[in-house]
Amino acid sequence: MGAPMSKTITIDGKSIPFKDGQTIMDAAMAADVYIPHLCHNPEFKPHGSCKLCTVKVNGRNVASCTMPAVEGQQVLSDTLELNDERLSLTQMLFVEGNHICPSCEKSGNCQLQAVAYYLGMMSPHYNHFYPQREVDASHPDMLLDRNRCIYCELCVRASRDVDGKSVFGLSGRGIGSTLVVNSTSGLLGDTNLAATDKAAQVCPTGALLKKRQGFTVPIGQRIFDHRTIKDVQLGEEHE
Amino acid sequence: MTFELETATNPEKLKRVVIEPVSRVEGHGKVTLLLDDDNRVHQARFHIVEFRGFEKFIQGRPYWEVPSMVQRLCGICPVSHNLAASKALDMIVGAQLTPTAEKLRRLMHLGQILQSHALHFYYLASPDLLFGFDSDVAKRNIVGVVAAYPEIAKQGVALRKYGQEIIRITMGKRVHGTGAIPGGVNKNLSREERDTLLKDIDNIVAWSRAAVELIKKVYTGNPKFYNGFGYYKSSFMSLVRDDGAMDLYHGGLRANDEHGQSIFDHVDYGHYWDYIHEEVKSWSYMKFPFIRSRGREEGWYRVGPLARVNNCEFIPTPLAEAERKIFKAFDAGSATQATLAYHWARMIEMLHAAEGIQELLLDGDLQGDDLVSKGEPALRGVGVIEAPRGTLIHHYRVNEDELIVRANLIVSTTHNNHAMNEAVRQVALQYLDGQQVTEGLLNHIEVAIRAFDPCLSCATHAVGKMPLEVELVDAGGNVIDRLAKNSDGRCDA
Ligand code: SF4
Ligand code: FES
Ligand code: NI
Repeated sequence: MGAPMSKTITIDGKSIPFKDGQTIMDAAMAADVYIPHLCHNPEFKPHGSCKLCTVKVNGRNVASCTMPAVEGQQVLSDTLELNDERLSLTQMLFVEGNHICPSCEKSGNCQLQAVAYYLGMMSPHYNHFYPQREVDASHPDMLLDRNRCIYCELCVRASRDVDGKSVFGLSGRGIGSTLVVNSTSGLLGDTNLAATDKAAQVCPTGALLKKRQGFTVPIGQRIFDHRTIKDVQLGEEHE
Repeated sequence: MTFELETATNPEKLKRVVIEPVSRVEGHGKVTLLLDDDNRVHQARFHIVEFRGFEKFIQGRPYWEVPSMVQRLCGICPVSHNLAASKALDMIVGAQLTPTAEKLRRLMHLGQILQSHALHFYYLASPDLLFGFDSDVAKRNIVGVVAAYPEIAKQGVALRKYGQEIIRITMGKRVHGTGAIPGGVNKNLSREERDTLLKDIDNIVAWSRAAVELIKKVYTGNPKFYNGFGYYKSSFMSLVRDDGAMDLYHGGLRANDEHGQSIFDHVDYGHYWDYIHEEVKSWSYMKFPFIRSRGREEGWYRVGPLARVNNCEFIPTPLAEAERKIFKAFDAGSATQATLAYHWARMIEMLHAAEGIQELLLDGDLQGDDLVSKGEPALRGVGVIEAPRGTLIHHYRVNEDELIVRANLIVSTTHNNHAMNEAVRQVALQYLDGQQVTEGLLNHIEVAIRAFDPCLSCATHAVGKMPLEVELVDAGGNVIDRLAKNSDGRCDA
């Protein structure tokens, strides 16, 4: 046990203890309260870009993954309004890239797909952008399919902060963003990325994948086949 | 509007009858009948708007994605595409399949054959066969069959379900699952799954036998009509096993001519292009494959159940083999070239599939753990399988980065392209009366096309009907007659 926790916030009326330095997301996860999120991964510095984790604190919308928990905060998260906004954000992510779940090998293991299921997404709702994005297969062990990148920058953070390599970066803003790699040719094969790097393991979607895996995991044995993203991520938190 | 007619001597004099099925689902077809001065059918053209562009679509994709991606080619036989692609990719990863992997793939394949043949026979063909081609459309459907022949309908539904159950168990889902992967499969068959499937297999074999009996009774009850409907002779192509046995999963290519004489035999399909060429025609998205040694004009052939039953020397399961002998001997072999004999051959194959499944389920290799193998990689792979509708060829080339750079697929319906045109032409010769498109003509053309079970009917399987719009157009482009058939099967002028 760490220091005794006397400070609390409330999330949807439930009292949640926290330690100084924890964000609302940290406190929620530790107390088994799920707040949908994509760009957050407890192993890395929060980034606050996907906005899926948005909650209402004292009437204001804030990203729970970056907002420090403060004594007495009254947080609303699992509300109709907020879940509606989360659904819209997720639908936008689907149409901004080219996410073709039926033929994507990440299906069943993909956090974007899992969050969409969790939020009850039945269709992309918006018109598809069908952007032209590059596939980079130059690396002997890794495939970078930018069609499926949601710009969460988890690979960027992992490579920079854990691997100490800074292989990945984001260039451009908004819809014009591209995930770039650090080599003069601009090809992944010319970077010093290794398949064992942390950066190679963290992509929540099928954008950065180990090569030749394909559909080796049968349906029924994939991460989200029998469990929701809520159960999986809360479970990981308590491992 | 004029088109170029490649066989007509005086194209400007030809009149055209256009039959256009209007499908709500992708993949629709159109039949054009070209008439000569005497209003005789000179040529028939059956066009299918198929998955053109698909080859482009997979360019630039990693090869290991392909077995799943290609399943989107067809909602009815995705398993066949999954398997043909995986066989091609076995070559690319240099795999020699383990016994467990090969037998599991065979099980998936036979499940697919069973469900596809059952769907075609009971849902699409049996209403025509049981009630007659000109019978009331309100009755001529699966609902009508259920009402008039409840036991037969029940068996049909159960056979299809059983095939789907095999697919679900081996591939995770009834449609668009994952099962075969480059170099093998992604799971084995557990003891519990096997026991579930074993429970019903005796019935499945018995009902498949009943299906052969049914088609045999209908066919041999009116041999003149069944043999004569849309009759013509042709070559046949299929895979056969090394010993000449029927093998729907693997073998060498065999083509026999209309007299049963060999054109080529035990051909390694890895070099299919030395034997089969594809011709492009201006009026069709579908290519016209032909046997090279026989040339563009004479080289067309038929594939599918009739081709396979004719081409093999024997069927390696006893009940189906006995039925093959009866079929071949019937009326001195008169059924072996008949368009409607496809139905008979299809049911013999369904029986073979049922027996094959039974045999496989008792094979302990299905519970093995050695699922995937690999070896020396290659940049090119060809996979061929006998899909429910016939020979299916998948051919891929990858680059050093393991991305697909080129793909060529020849699907069963494409192999049968010319053959279907010929069947339609024969039927139109028999049933077109003057310059009128009658409901009878429409029905009969539909029956002829359906014998092949082309992907056009895949697309409309949901209602079991082919919506048609018929126009009679003269050489100047004037509509002189028109008949539309709605998806409910009723016609209005
Ligand atoms: S490649 Fe994956 S981890 Fe990297 S930014 Fe894109 S989605 Fe995030
Ligand atoms: S998870 Fe908080 S902004 Fe993405
Ligand atoms: Ni099909």
